[in-house]
Amino acid sequence: MSHLSPEIRARCEELLALYPHPRSALIPICHVAQEQDGWLTPEAIAEVAELVGVTPAEVLGTAGFYDMLHTEPVGRYLVAICTNIACLLRGAEELLAHAEERLGIGVGDTTPDGLFTLEDAECLADCGRAPCLQVNHRFFGNLDPAAFDQLVEDLRAGRLDGEVPPHGTLIRVRRAGGLRVDPARVAAERRAMAERVAAEEAASGQGGKEDGR
Amino acid sequence: MTVTEAPRIVTSRMGYEDSHTLARFLATGGYEGLRKALQMSPAEVAAEVDAASLLGRGGAGFPAGRKWSMLRKGPLPYLVVNGDESEPATFKDHLLIERDPHQLIEGVVIAAYALQVAQAFIYIRGEFALGLERVQEALNEAYEHGAVGEDIFGSGFSLDIVVHPGAGAYICGEETALLESLEGKRGFPRIKPPYFPAAIGLYGQPTVVNNVETVSNLPWIIRQGAAAFTALGGGRSAGTRLFALAGHVRRPGVYELEMVKTTFRDLIYDPSLGGGIPEDRALKAFIPGGVSAPWLGPEHLDTPLGQDEVAALDTMLGSGSVVVMDETTCAVRAAWRITKFFHRESCGQCTPCREGGGWLEKVLRRIEDGAGREEDLDLLMDVCDNIAPGVSWPPAQTTICVLGPSIPSSIASGIRMFRDEFLQHLKEGGCPHG
Repeated sequence: MSHLSPEIRARCEELLALYPHPRSALIPICHVAQEQDGWLTPEAIAEVAELVGVTPAEVLGTAGFYDMLHTEPVGRYLVAICTNIACLLRGAEELLAHAEERLGIGVGDTTPDGLFTLEDAECLADCGRAPCLQVNHRFFGNLDPAAFDQLVEDLRAGRLDGEVPPHGTLIRVRRAGGLRVDPARVAAERRAMAERVAAEEAASGQGGKEDGR
Repeated sequence: MTVTEAPRIVTSRMGYEDSHTLARFLATGGYEGLRKALQMSPAEVAAEVDAASLLGRGGAGFPAGRKWSMLRKGPLPYLVVNGDESEPATFKDHLLIERDPHQLIEGVVIAAYALQVAQAFIYIRGEFALGLERVQEALNEAYEHGAVGEDIFGSGFSLDIVVHPGAGAYICGEETALLESLEGKRGFPRIKPPYFPAAIGLYGQPTVVNNVETVSNLPWIIRQGAAAFTALGGGRSAGTRLFALAGHVRRPGVYELEMVKTTFRDLIYDPSLGGGIPEDRALKAFIPGGVSAPWLGPEHLDTPLGQDEVAALDTMLGSGSVVVMDETTCAVRAAWRITKFFHRESCGQCTPCREGGGWLEKVLRRIEDGAGREEDLDLLMDVCDNIAPGVSWPPAQTTICVLGPSIPSSIASGIRMFRDEFLQHLKEGGCPHG
C-alpha cells in the first residue's frame, strides 16, 4: 500500500521521466514527497527509494545533506531568519532574539501547537530587504519586531494562506508535459556529427585537441 | 566621476510589474535574439559570444566563450545553468530568476544552440520558491510559444529544458558539487583534475555550466552584436554587470553598472545608487565580491569595478556583491559570522576545511565574548595558514574546492586592518561595540 497519495505519486513519476538517469530525480521527488506530511517520514523515504531505484539509506543519506529536506517533523510554518552578514549589519540578531521571545521557542524548536518552527538561516539572497526571513521559503523583508509580530498574527489568522502554503509545498506550478525531444534521434545526429568532425580533422591532419566546433 | 549612461542589458524590464510574463517579454524584444541566433550557424553564435569577451558572472570570472570552446566533441553534451546563488550578500541572480525568467530561458536556448545541446538543466536554489514557480511557468509558456521543444521556431533545432530545484546547500554553487547534486547525490565537489566539466561533467559527459547572469546576457549580445557589448566597460571587463549592494547603505539593492567606468565610491555613495551610509557615518571597510573575498578599506573607494582592477588589490570582484560596513561594525563579530557560515556549509570531505572552520569559529567567538587569550590572534593566523598556506590571494589550496581556502579571507582582513580592535577585545574582556 502506497504511503504517498496517488496525486503525489503521479507527479513523482512525471519527474522521473525528465532525466536521463532516475537518480537525478531524487531531490525533486523528495521535495514533492515532503508535501504530503510536511516532512520526509520513513515511509515516504522508503517509497522515494523504490521510485528512484536506490536503497532507503541512500535517500536518507542524501536528504540529510540538504537543509530543506527534513527527516524530522517541522511546524506548519518554518520561519527561517537570516543572520548572515548583510542581515547582521541591519539588525538580524535583534530580530532573531525577538522571534524567540515572541514564539516562546529557541532556534530549531517547534511551538507546542505545531504551528511554528524557528530556524537561524544562512544568507537567503534577499539582502536588499535586510533583515529578511522566509516562511516556508516565501520571502518577507525589511522586518522589525512590529512587522514580525504582524506577520505571525497574519499567519495564525490564515490571512497569508494564498501566499504561504503549508510547509512541504515548494513549487505549485506543474510542468506542462514531459520531454519533447527524442533522445535516440539526437544521439544518432550527434554521433554522425562527431564522426564527421573527426573525419575532417583526420583529413586536415590536426590532433583534435583544439576547439570542438 | 559620474555614473555612466550605459544601456541596461539584463535589467531592462525591471521597471514593469509584469516583467516575468510572456506578453511583456514579447512586447519588449523578447526571443528576438533567439530568432536571430537561429539564422546564424552554431559556430557563428559561439564566435559572437567569444568576441563579446563575456566573463562568467558567477564568481570565478572565467570567459564564457573559452568555457564553451573547451567542450569536448562527443555525443549528447549537456548545458547546466547555475542558479544556486548562495554566496552571502549576493542576490542578483535571485532578481533575474524571479523578474525576467524568459530572458534566462532565451539565453539558455541560444547557448544550447551554439553548443548543439539537446537537453539543458536550470538548477535553481531550492529556497527560491517564487523563482522556481516563475521559471517553470515561463518554461511552460516558452514550450507553448515554440521557443523551446521540437523544431524551435521552425529552425530544425530541438531542445528540452528541465527546471531543477536545489535543496539548501551553499556548496552546490561550486560547479562540480552542483553536478553531483543534479545527479541526485550529496553536494560533494569532485576531485580535480579534470578541472572543467567540459571534459567530464554530468553523467561523465561533456558539460558546460554557466551562471544565470552570464546566460541572461546572451539575448542582448546576439541582438546588438559583440562590438556593442565590448564598447562598454574596459580592459578584460566588457559590458555591464549586476552589483548587489548590501549592509550599511541607504539604498541597498541590485544595480546594473558599466564595468570599469564605475567605482566602488559611485556604487556606495551616488544618490541614484547606494546613497551613502545612514546618518553619514564613516565607512570602516567593505567586502568587494562576496564574503569569500578579502576586505578593502576607504582608501580603495576609487577602484574601478572591473575584474582585473579589483584583482590587483589582492582580492576579487567575485560574485559582484558589495557589503558595506560602517564605523559601528565590530570587525571581530563580522569575521566570526562569516566564518560560522563557512563552517556550517563545509561539505566535510576535507579536514582543513571541516575542522579548521570550526576551530576558527570557536576562537573568534571567544574573543568576541571576552574570553579570548593573548595567543589567539597567532592561533587564528596559524589555522588559516594550515587551510590556505601563506594566507595570500588567490589562496593556495589544501582542499578539493575553494570553500576552505576562502575561510581565511575575512579573518586575515580583520586582523590586518583592525588588529587594535581585536586586541581591545582581549584587553577589555569583551566587545567594545557592546
